[in-house]
Amino acid sequence: MKKWKELVPGAVVLEAGSSEKFKTGSWRSFRPRWIEENCIQCLFCWLYCPDMAVKVVEGKMTGFDYDFCKGCGVCARECPGKKGQKAIVMEPEGK
Amino acid sequence: MATELKLKELSKKPDIFCHGHRMCSGCGAPTVVKMVLLATEYPVVISNATGCLEVSSCIQDLTAWKTPWIHSAFENAAATIAGVETMYKSLLKRGKMPENVKFIAFGGDGGTYDIGFQSLSGAMERWHDMLYICYDNGAYMNTGIQRSSATPLGADTTTSPAGSAIPGKLQPRKDLTKIMAAHGIPYAAQASPSHWMDLMKKVRKAHEIKGPKFMNIIAPCNRGWRSQTDDSILLSRLAVETCYWPLYEVEDGKLKITSKPKEKKPVAEFMKPQGRFKHLFAPGNEALLERVQQEIDKNWERLLKEDAAE
Repeated sequence: MKKWKELVPGAVVLEAGSSEKFKTGSWRSFRPRWIEENCIQCLFCWLYCPDMAVKVVEGKMTGFDYDFCKGCGVCARECPGKKGQKAIVMEPEGK
Repeated sequence: MATELKLKELSKKPDIFCHGHRMCSGCGAPTVVKMVLLATEYPVVISNATGCLEVSSCIQDLTAWKTPWIHSAFENAAATIAGVETMYKSLLKRGKMPENVKFIAFGGDGGTYDIGFQSLSGAMERWHDMLYICYDNGAYMNTGIQRSSATPLGADTTTSPAGSAIPGKLQPRKDLTKIMAAHGIPYAAQASPSHWMDLMKKVRKAHEIKGPKFMNIIAPCNRGWRSQTDDSILLSRLAVETCYWPLYEVEDGKLKITSKPKEKKPVAEFMKPQGRFKHLFAPGNEALLERVQQEIDKNWERLLKEDAAE
């Protein structure tokens, strides 16, 4: 952590999005697991994720960013899945 | 050409509010901010009232924002952005700024309903071209769940504790969206992250209108509402379906309900999963629960009447 004398005067932050250096993934006690065969690519997980931790490439869900996922489980709760089978399940961390 | 309001297209836009912020796990507010900024197609300048969002999105030199963002005090987010907007107009006249920069202020319910109300009311009256967004989680969550004027009737908070003396907060909440509409501003609306399309359409509409705009968006807080970390979207959906949080807009004085629930659910369905209302389901408190339902019914009937008028 920087000392106050090392900060830019007026506490101006010059680097946009610098919070990406702070990994919040260690907060997690539950871990989302993606089950690709049940995924219908609705992207609700991406939309509702409060931590921008669902990776979407070219409009397709490709997995989670575990560096930032806090394990809240909103994605799993909102996942409609396929034929009643969820595409995201929460599992205890460290199992 | 504006990005289509389809998730596949929206997901290709770069994040303006990015990860690494330190809002609690499962918080509703970052989702609200993300949706507002996804719907925004213009460069934006943002001011932020003190509150959860402000203190946890920019800690020391680590900021989650990728757009000019100003931290202001609790009471003056609206005045801050009003000043920026005035400066911008002057610079624009002198050809020193590009056209179509938009101005947004974010505030929580404490910084909007209570502490920041005078500066918000003033900015609206002075007709600044800005959009004020209140993310309403119904108490001062950042400082430890104290009641605000947005806290619903009967809710248990640390300054309206449910116990033998009182059954939670004794007063109903202030209807701020209506109060803002009463300023005669061109656009005031209420939205919920569960109804994302409705929310984004409202944001888009607001940006196309010149003058002061206000949006009130529900943002569940699992710490203060004493619920689970995974139910922020579920609870915001139930809030709409029970008519606790009706989705409507007031455009040039004309009120329009934008989403009517197919079947109006009893408000108990919204309250049951929340620990802050636990005591209302205990024997002896039936009357208060009934009063909560009556307040909501009365408000909904009034909205339906205003919607049908004209």
